[in-house]
Amino acid sequence: MSPEYFRWEESNWHSDDKDWRKAKMITAGIDVGSVSSQAVIMVDGELFAYGNMRTGSDSPDSARKAMQGALEGTDMKREDIQFTVGTGYGRVNVPFADRLITEIACHARGANFLYGPTVKTVLDMGGQDCKVIRCNEKGKVTEFLMNDKCAAGTGRGMEVMSELFAVHIGEIGSMSMDIIKEPLPVSSTCVVFAKSEAAGLMRSGWSKNDVLAAYCGAMAHRVSNLLKRVGVEEDFAITGGIAKNIGVVSRIEKEIGIKALTPDFDTQIAGALGGAIFAGDLLLKSRKAI
Amino acid sequence: MTFDFLLPTLTLMLGYIANYGYTDGSGDYYITIDGNNCDGCAKCVAACPENIIEVILNDYDELVAEVRSDAVKNLKYICAPCKPVSSPRELKCQMACPKGAITHSW
Repeated sequence: MSPEYFRWEESNWHSDDKDWRKAKMITAGIDVGSVSSQAVIMVDGELFAYGNMRTGSDSPDSARKAMQGALEGTDMKREDIQFTVGTGYGRVNVPFADRLITEIACHARGANFLYGPTVKTVLDMGGQDCKVIRCNEKGKVTEFLMNDKCAAGTGRGMEVMSELFAVHIGEIGSMSMDIIKEPLPVSSTCVVFAKSEAAGLMRSGWSKNDVLAAYCGAMAHRVSNLLKRVGVEEDFAITGGIAKNIGVVSRIEKEIGIKALTPDFDTQIAGALGGAIFAGDLLLKSRKAI
Repeated sequence: MTFDFLLPTLTLMLGYIANYGYTDGSGDYYITIDGNNCDGCAKCVAACPENIIEVILNDYDELVAEVRSDAVKNLKYICAPCKPVSSPRELKCQMACPKGAITHSW
């Protein structure tokens, strides 16, 4: 079997120094996206564990797999979780969700927790869509725009390019920065056409790095137009898989003239984390009602 | 005298501005529903000849109008009958809204 260049690393993490057995509140958020699925477990409002897996052809199965990834290495069981919120593209298919919440609200809430309450604009670059969210200091959405019609400016487009150039997806960003002069961006907006345009550029003698830079530049340009439509207020943060791609992030920063906050965690978990925070609120509400 | 103590309640009451639609090679196609003005009266739901608007309870338990998710990716074509090229456009959803919460980007 040939190597799969688009295949990013699945990951999971859990906190060792936390005793969840004494906790009053154990909540989870599950984000089943079009490309990746995440599960985040929070104990008493603090991040306890997460799993980040590839979405398969079966959404309920992907949700279960992400949950297993998060629980791996801990002695917690799925039954110990008191409230679960499902979110993302495939949220209707999460079998053990107590409530479904749109990914827009969840991403705003998750970014608010991860980057702090100063975040006012969140750009989520997901697997198959792109969202611009404006939120207030509490993480409540004040305006949003979502473009899920077109794969240009999404992770899927980047995966297509990584396969074409036989470059691992994690290296595209740094390779696209390793150039002498910034090339003109790829002119096609559609990923399928952009792929043939990129192949054409390669044939006409461009180096791999230059073509990747041209593609990252095109992607940044498309996303910047969405950002300008809604308006960017500082602080500005990027979530989703593309936030790990320095080539796209730095070009977006250049285009809008605003620096993005630098993350020190996996940016893909923002949606599921927001779901887990919502789950905490809903659990408290339901307890008060009793 | 300041009214700072009112701010938390005010922010809780505010809705959000939602842009439904897409950008493609031919332009921007967005219907914007301003949740700060929309109270979920559903007059636009009745007015739309293509029946693309519905009133939902959103994530913050507010009643607001929303563009149906199966229509979002085809707005350019679905809304075309209300936007004739040769005569003045009469956007029925916009005229029906008593608070002017609906705008079209194209």
